Amino acid sequence: MTTAASASNPTRIVETHPIDKVLRADRFPHILCPACGIGSIIHCYVQAIIESGIPLNQHVCVSGIGCSGRAAGYINVDSYHTTHGRAVPFALGIAVYRPDLHVTVISGDGDLTSIGGNHLIHAARRNVNLTVICINNFNYGMTGGQAGPTTPLSAKSSTTPFGSWERPFNLPHLAHAVGASFVARWTVLHIRQLKEAVLRGIHKEGFAFIEVLSPCPTGFGRPNDIGDGLEEMRRYRRRCHVDDNAYLPEIDIDLTNDESPIVVGNFVDVDRPPFHPALGEPASTTAKPDPDRADARTQSRESISNGR
Amino acid sequence: MGADAKVAGSTRLMVGEHFMLGDHACAEGALAAGLDFFAGYPITPSTEICERLAHRLPQVGGRFVQMEDELGSIAAILGASAAGARSLTATSGPGFSLMMENIGLAVMMEIPCVIVDVMRGSPSTGLPTLVGQGDVFQARWGSHGDYSIVAFSPSSPQECFDLTIRAFNVADQLRIPVFLLMDETIGHMTERVVIPPAAQIPRTPRKRPTHAPGEKLFLPFKADSDLIPPMAHAGEGYNVHFTGLTHDERGYPALNAQAHEELVMRLSQKVSAHASEVTLVEEVNLEDAEVVVVAFGCTARSARRAVNLARQRGIKAGLLRVITLWPFPEEQVRRLAGSGRVKRFIVPEINLGQVCREVERLTSLPVDRINRAGGAMISPQSIVEVIAA
Repeated sequence: MTTAASASNPTRIVETHPIDKVLRADRFPHILCPACGIGSIIHCYVQAIIESGIPLNQHVCVSGIGCSGRAAGYINVDSYHTTHGRAVPFALGIAVYRPDLHVTVISGDGDLTSIGGNHLIHAARRNVNLTVICINNFNYGMTGGQAGPTTPLSAKSSTTPFGSWERPFNLPHLAHAVGASFVARWTVLHIRQLKEAVLRGIHKEGFAFIEVLSPCPTGFGRPNDIGDGLEEMRRYRRRCHVDDNAYLPEIDIDLTNDESPIVVGNFVDVDRPPFHPALGEPASTTAKPDPDRADARTQSRESISNGR
Repeated sequence: MGADAKVAGSTRLMVGEHFMLGDHACAEGALAAGLDFFAGYPITPSTEICERLAHRLPQVGGRFVQMEDELGSIAAILGASAAGARSLTATSGPGFSLMMENIGLAVMMEIPCVIVDVMRGSPSTGLPTLVGQGDVFQARWGSHGDYSIVAFSPSSPQECFDLTIRAFNVADQLRIPVFLLMDETIGHMTERVVIPPAAQIPRTPRKRPTHAPGEKLFLPFKADSDLIPPMAHAGEGYNVHFTGLTHDERGYPALNAQAHEELVMRLSQKVSAHASEVTLVEEVNLEDAEVVVVAFGCTARSARRAVNLARQRGIKAGLLRVITLWPFPEEQVRRLAGSGRVKRFIVPEINLGQVCREVERLTSLPVDRINRAGGAMISPQSIVEVIAA
C-alpha cells in the first residue's frame, strides 16, 4: 500500500518493504533472539531471490530443525520444514523430480553436519543441484546452547562445561573434499558478499555450500565471554581475512584466539556435471572424469609453496 | 533383474502373463501405478525391487536414486512427492526402523508415498535371507505419537502387483504413507503374474486445489468434509509451507493444545473414516465355519491348505485372510465372533504374537496362537493339529 506522492513533492511514504512479498510477513514477530544472525541471512537469501530474476514460484526453500531450521517458514516461497538432519535428502527429492526448480536448503551447523552429516557429504559427492546455506553459530541454539561438531576447541557450552575437547569441522574444507562445486564462507557482517555468494549458489549448476558464521549471543556468546551479538560482529570485523585462494585444510576457526584470522571468501567455483539420474541412456554421457580434483591438488600445493 | 525386464525396454506396462518373482511383481505394480520416483538402499530380501527399478524406471521416464541410507531414502521420496511425484521406497526391517521418524513426518505433512517392507527374521540383523512377520506392530505404531496408516499384506506375487497399485491409490486418496508388508517368502516366490492392460489399472488422483494460485487465499491444510485437504505441489505458485510441527490450516506452526488436538484427531480420523474402503479380506469356507483361522502373508498359504485338510477330516474350518493389516478388519472379525456359530479362532503368524492380539481384543471366544520366531514358514500340518485339537 502506498500513499500517492504529490506532484510537488516526489517523496513517497511506503508502508511495505520491497522484500515483503518474499517474506511471510503474517508470521512476524519471529522467534529469533535479539542480535541473532539468522534474520540477516534470511534477508540475504530473499535479496538473492529477487536479484536472481527467477520467478518466486521456481524457488523452493527446505530446512531441517533448529533455530536456523525455522528460516524456511519465514520465506514466501514453497517451503518445507522437515525433520532434524533430513533437509538435504528431502531437497534432493524435489530437485531430482523437478530439475527446473531452484532448491535452497537453509539450516544450522548441527542439523547439516552432525545429524545430517552423511546426507550432506553424499549430496555434495553427487553434485546435486542444491544451494546449501549452513548457518554456523557454533552450538545448538534451539535447545539452549549445547556443543556440536562446529564448537571450537575449548569453547564452553552446557554440555562442555570445562571447554570442548573435540576438534571441530572445518566446513569449507569438508565440502570441497567431498565434491561441492561452489564453496564459500562468510559471516553475517559480510552482508553483500553473502548475498552475492547465495546468488552464485542459486545460479550454480550443482552443489553449492555456503557456510555463514552467525552470532548466537544467547547460546554461544554468553558462556564464552562474548558480550553480545555486536561484540561478536566486532570480532568478525577485526579478525576476518578475505582470501578466495585460501588453502582450505588450514582455515579452521579458532574463536578463542583473538590473534588467529578467520578466513572467509568464495573458495571453490568449479564446473562439474550436476546430478541428473539417467533417463535410460548410458551413464557415460553424464558422468565424466573430474579434472577439478587434480587441479585443486595442484593449486593447493602451490598455495603451500606460496606460504599461504 | 530377470530376463523379461531386459526385453521390456521402454514399455511401462508389461501386459501379459509372466512367471515372476514377488519382489519384481511389486516393482512392476509400482510402474503400472505410474511410479515417477524411487529412492532406496539395498537390503535383503527387498533388493530385487530396487534392482528391478534401477533398470526399468529410467527407461520409462522415471527417476531412480540409490541413496546413502534409509533415512535419506524416505526423506527423498517425501520431497519428490511434495513436488508431485508418485514415489516409492523398498526396504526390510532394519531399514524400516530407520525410516520411522520420517514416516511420522509424512503423516504430519500429509505427503502420500508407498513404503515396501519385505519382512525377514528379526529383531536386529536377525535372519536377512529367511522369512519373518514381526513388523506388523511396527508398521502400526513404529513412529512416535498417535496416527493411523494403511498397510497391505500380499500372499502371492500377483497380489504384490495388485496391492502395490492399490497402495499408491490409497496413499494419494488419503494423503498418507501406505505400507506394503511383504515377507521374504512372498518376495522371493516366483509364480504366475498377470499384468492387465492400462485401461484395467485404476488410478485415484490426488485431491488438488480447485483455483489458480493467487486467485484467492489457499489454505493448504484446510480439509474438506472428507477430512482430506487438497494438495499443492512445489513449484506451482501456491507458496505453501509444510512443517512437521503442529500447524494450523495455513500450514503455520501453532504450538498449543487446541491446534494439536484438532490436527492429530483429524489425521487419525481421516483414515478411520475411510477404513471400510481400504479394508480387504479374503473369506475361505467361512459360511459354516466353526473354527476360523486368521492369517496373512505367506502364512495364509499354509492356513489355506490346513483348512482344506481339516475339511477333509470333516472339521468345519474356515480362513479369514487378512489382506489389509491396518486398519485391522475389525468388523469382519466381530461379525464372525458374534455369529453364534464360530467357536474359536486360530492365529498362526511368524512372530511371537501380534495379529493375535488384535483378534483377542475383538472377541471373547478362545484364540489359539501359533507362533514361530522366524526363519521358516509355519507348516499346514502344524495348523491342522491345532484346528483338530
